[in-house]
Amino acid sequence: MLLIQNITKTFFPGTINERVALNDVSLQLKTGDFVTVIGSNGAGKSTLLNMISGKLPIDSGDLSIDGSSVKRMPDYARAAHVGRVFQDPMAGTAPDLSIEQNLALALRRGQRRGLSWGVTHKRRAFFREELLSLELGLENRLKARVGLLSGGQRQALSLLMASFTQPRILLLDEHTAALDPQRAELVTTLTESIVEKHHLTTLMVTHNMEQALRLGNRLIMMHEGQIILDVDSERKATMTVPDLLVEFAKIKGASLDDRALLG
Amino acid sequence: MNAALELGLLYGIMALGVYLTFRILNFPDLTVDGSFTTGAAVAASLIINGVPAPLATLAGAASGAVAGLVTGVLYTKGRIDGLLAGILTMIALWSINLRIMGKSNLPLLREDTMMTPLRDAGLLGGAWSILIFAVAALIIKFAIDWFLSTDLGLSIQATGNNEQMIRSLGVNTHRTTILTLAISNGLVALCGALIAQYQGFADVSMGIGLILVGLASVIVGQAVFGRRTIFLASLAVIGGAVIYRLVIFFALGAGLNPNDMKLISALLVVAALLLPRWGVLKRIPSLHQMRSVTAGSANYSKAN
Repeated sequence: MLLIQNITKTFFPGTINERVALNDVSLQLKTGDFVTVIGSNGAGKSTLLNMISGKLPIDSGDLSIDGSSVKRMPDYARAAHVGRVFQDPMAGTAPDLSIEQNLALALRRGQRRGLSWGVTHKRRAFFREELLSLELGLENRLKARVGLLSGGQRQALSLLMASFTQPRILLLDEHTAALDPQRAELVTTLTESIVEKHHLTTLMVTHNMEQALRLGNRLIMMHEGQIILDVDSERKATMTVPDLLVEFAKIKGASLDDRALLG
Repeated sequence: MNAALELGLLYGIMALGVYLTFRILNFPDLTVDGSFTTGAAVAASLIINGVPAPLATLAGAASGAVAGLVTGVLYTKGRIDGLLAGILTMIALWSINLRIMGKSNLPLLREDTMMTPLRDAGLLGGAWSILIFAVAALIIKFAIDWFLSTDLGLSIQATGNNEQMIRSLGVNTHRTTILTLAISNGLVALCGALIAQYQGFADVSMGIGLILVGLASVIVGQAVFGRRTIFLASLAVIGGAVIYRLVIFFALGAGLNPNDMKLISALLVVAALLLPRWGVLKRIPSLHQMRSVTAGSANYSKAN
């Protein structure tokens, strides 16, 4: 499904600020894989996601989805195959448009956008049904401006918009990190059910080790631009947060930073 | 007074164009000053050369669309700042407009224009012509309302509202930006073509300061009539254009001369931008707020 081969990315090359964000990273995801990604700040997790979504160009290496290279495909074209939820709850929706208009925009992912009505009766019925699954009562507020929703509601909506057209790859970039614990729990549960419902191939970056162990069938840990640990589903099922910390210390002889420990 | 209403409704078409860029796309487009004259120049030259007026008017609109396209390409592909891209096109158009016209003023007095039937029937300056102009402005308004609610129109709205989001949903925002600038300047040029025929001449300086007229119409109109929905917002823009002409009409009546009008326009826009910050007319969103919103999203994309 997703094949990443020897990707390297360096920021500010040739300057004193030069920083290698990804160092020869390779990763292969099978269809339906749900991989959680953990690692300390600056480990390259977000850069990896930006490479896959096409937001940033790749220095060297190759990236292919379903066997065809998408390395040179611009971000908006890659969006046909890749759905994404950002960390900032404000980033994934258009605040001045209504809930149904936002959903109409998401419904046309990767398709030509012409002069037919954005919101039709048929589409509205579909949106209502999809929103029902969020259990937030948004199905009764189709015409409400998205800017009026809370962060948690907007993130749940972003998640729906990123996933309901069933893209080949779903990228989740610390999408619960900016929410309070209750909302984060809600969005985490929704993530679990949506990914399972559509069997989406998913890559989820998180700072929360507990979440990383609870969700998905595979876990990878990144450090200084490399994947240093790859845990399969069998081993992951029995793993605990202390186990992970021990693994990390063993490999790098270093301890994780406070934020990762507290998460 | 009637003439002010007629002019207001005609200029409403230009204001609708400015609304598309300034409000929908969140792009301050200064191309307007040039493309307005381009529309007038192309239409006037063609009419003088015997082209039927409706066709000449359409050609004028199309030429404005090309000007908008140039600004759009400079801004997106050339990564030139939006304000500067508009200024560049506007300045370049000054020379182009002179080339098109051949001289700085083209009189249309004895030509067959789109206003000739109205004038011959003695309708200009009366209730009927106001009604006809109102219907024309409303037709364009409803066309814009419809367009903005289509799949394509929604993606244009989202481009101005949250560019990162709509790109992540598969929209090439360069294309939507260029398209909107073309449509906007097409409308502005259409207005220029109609104004030239209405006043009986095209002049190379007729577009100077027009962006302020457009902004004043959009900001004042939406402050007075509201902007909760597209339907209301676009209607308010036409209303704003009419209000603007009435203000000018009364300012002239009060003894100011036409050369003072640019100052009046500027003061009107400043007032419309500042008053809401002082608690008057709370419905006007200030430029300050707009800037902080865009700055916020820019910071966000840098952080990633």
